[in-house]
Amino acid sequence: MSAVLEIRGLRKTYRSRKGIRRALDGFDMVVEAGQVHGFLGPNGSGKTTTLRTLLGLIRPNDGRMALLGREVPRALPEVAGLVGAIVESPQFFGNFSARDTLSLLADAGGVDRSRVFEVLELVGLRDRSADRVKTYSLGMKQRLAVASALLKHPSLLILDEPANGLDPGGIREMRTLMRNLAGSGMTVVLSSHILGEIQLICDSVTIISAGRRVAAGSVADVLSQHAPSSIRVRLESVTDLTSAAGALRDVGAQVYVEPDHLLVGGIAQPSAITRALAARGVYVSELSPVAVDLESVFLELTGTTPVAGAHRQVDARAPQADGGWGQ
Amino acid sequence: MSLYTAETRRLTKRRFTRFFALGTLLVLAAVVTGVFLSHHRPAPERLATAQAQADREYESAVRQATGVTTECLAAQGTPAAANFPPCDQVYQPVREDFRAEWYLAPAFDFREQFGYLVITLAALLAVMAFVIGASYVGAEWSSGGMMNLLLWRPRRLEVLGTKLAALLVNLTLFTVAVSAAWTGLFALTADRRGTLTGMTSGAWQSILLMELRGLVLVLVAGALGFGLASLGRHTAMALGAAIGAVIVFQFGLRIVLSLADAPFADAYLVPVWIQAWLDKSAVATDLSSCDYSSADGCTPASLTITWPMAGGMLAAVVGLVVGAAMWTMRSRDIT
Repeated sequence: MSAVLEIRGLRKTYRSRKGIRRALDGFDMVVEAGQVHGFLGPNGSGKTTTLRTLLGLIRPNDGRMALLGREVPRALPEVAGLVGAIVESPQFFGNFSARDTLSLLADAGGVDRSRVFEVLELVGLRDRSADRVKTYSLGMKQRLAVASALLKHPSLLILDEPANGLDPGGIREMRTLMRNLAGSGMTVVLSSHILGEIQLICDSVTIISAGRRVAAGSVADVLSQHAPSSIRVRLESVTDLTSAAGALRDVGAQVYVEPDHLLVGGIAQPSAITRALAARGVYVSELSPVAVDLESVFLELTGTTPVAGAHRQVDARAPQADGGWGQ
Repeated sequence: MSLYTAETRRLTKRRFTRFFALGTLLVLAAVVTGVFLSHHRPAPERLATAQAQADREYESAVRQATGVTTECLAAQGTPAAANFPPCDQVYQPVREDFRAEWYLAPAFDFREQFGYLVITLAALLAVMAFVIGASYVGAEWSSGGMMNLLLWRPRRLEVLGTKLAALLVNLTLFTVAVSAAWTGLFALTADRRGTLTGMTSGAWQSILLMELRGLVLVLVAGALGFGLASLGRHTAMALGAAIGAVIVFQFGLRIVLSLADAPFADAYLVPVWIQAWLDKSAVATDLSSCDYSSADGCTPASLTITWPMAGGMLAAVVGLVVGAAMWTMRSRDIT
């Protein structure tokens, strides 16, 4: 597969009276053709800055970027016709109708106006296309934004929070649409906070935190690399939890003692658990693998796991990022 | 070309553009109507009516003068004589003081009066152009439309330049059409309610050149509104700058200059330069100076601002503002 989106060592620094803020700090990202790629990161981590920089709205301080094999921003005018994008929340002139908005964009981009009706149909806005945009709900504006990105038959579709404001039905429709688009050969890059959705529809992900890449790869790889599987162990007697934890640590396991069970990691085979415990006369009543999800990986990698009684600040730098997870 | 067509559609489709242009046309229509209704051609029956009124006024004045003279003569030798001038000096009306034309509604003299109306037209259209220019690009910035457009056409200077071109071309078409209608309607007014006497080909040429300078003023105002709103990325930036300029350059500066006894204080004020541009020249006087001659006594020194000087100033200001807008468009991040 060839990369349709490639970013290497991207840096963007903002200077203000408060000092210097590194929005992007040597960020890397690769998206292969035909994939649905999730682009994840907490608020203020640099997602939108990355997308804006990629699309020529922000000038980077350093780094290389390529879209569809062409260096950008130099070749952006040539590839812009093949890249459909929405960045951040959908913004349109409120007094124009959806049809006017899209037909003006079609005129500006040299796209046939008949395409306007196709994309309005596709995103479910056909019957409201004559209404002024300011009467639209957030979800309808989101649909219009997706329609505007699809208008030019893009090879690469970049969508920033496309499910924002959509109702559950709309989210499912959007998921199906993304899948269909990817099935037709289009590469889709999705930035979203709805991690369950990303896990469901994305082939690969990039996770950004504090302007640096902290994880990348296929969803399965990221899950297995960054959330090693653990096993839930329940005992016949809860009073044995402490001694059982000691026995398992003696054989090299990582053990977390919960009120009524143990979480055990770092064990190659589950049979090692039963063997170690039986040797101490402790018997197991349940031995089950703990499923990991993208959300827990995300929270761990970005250091944004909520802590009781603490109020995490938006720009707080995740401890992992300082450690140089970037690849 | 497709971008230019789209921008022309965007500009003319905006309700604000339509309402503001319509409002301006209504104001202009009110001026035309007012001038038409307040002028009358001196027709024979109107002249006869006016003559009759002049005669009545004359006779009334004669009666009053006769009465006063009689009272004056009667008061001689009494203390009441102090209330009168010498009786032979009591004003005696003469028929020449009561002319019929004074009792006629004025006739519209196209050659004498149309110049002021061209200035009125240019001023109103310039205000309209400034506000529409500012709103056109300001709303694009504040609504996110500019960012959307740049995702389609990632050539910033081309996009901003095309928007400006669409604005200026449409303002030109509108101004030319309105100026033609304005000239035609007042020529009609002069024909029906006044006179076109003296409108030689040279006079028509002079009016055409004045209207051309008016068109330039409209385009300068539009470009300034557009440039200022683009610099501030919001319509309010241009409107704020305009209000600030009026307050600073008209009220504040005038007060400061008069307090400082600055020579040719008027030359620092914007309207004088606009007047010089439209009217071919404007004179600023230094009232504190004295240029003495035995024939005329003390006359204040004067500074004449010519239309080329004013044109140079307009070009410099618009070049500075639009240049700065283009430079920031090219170099600033779009967030």
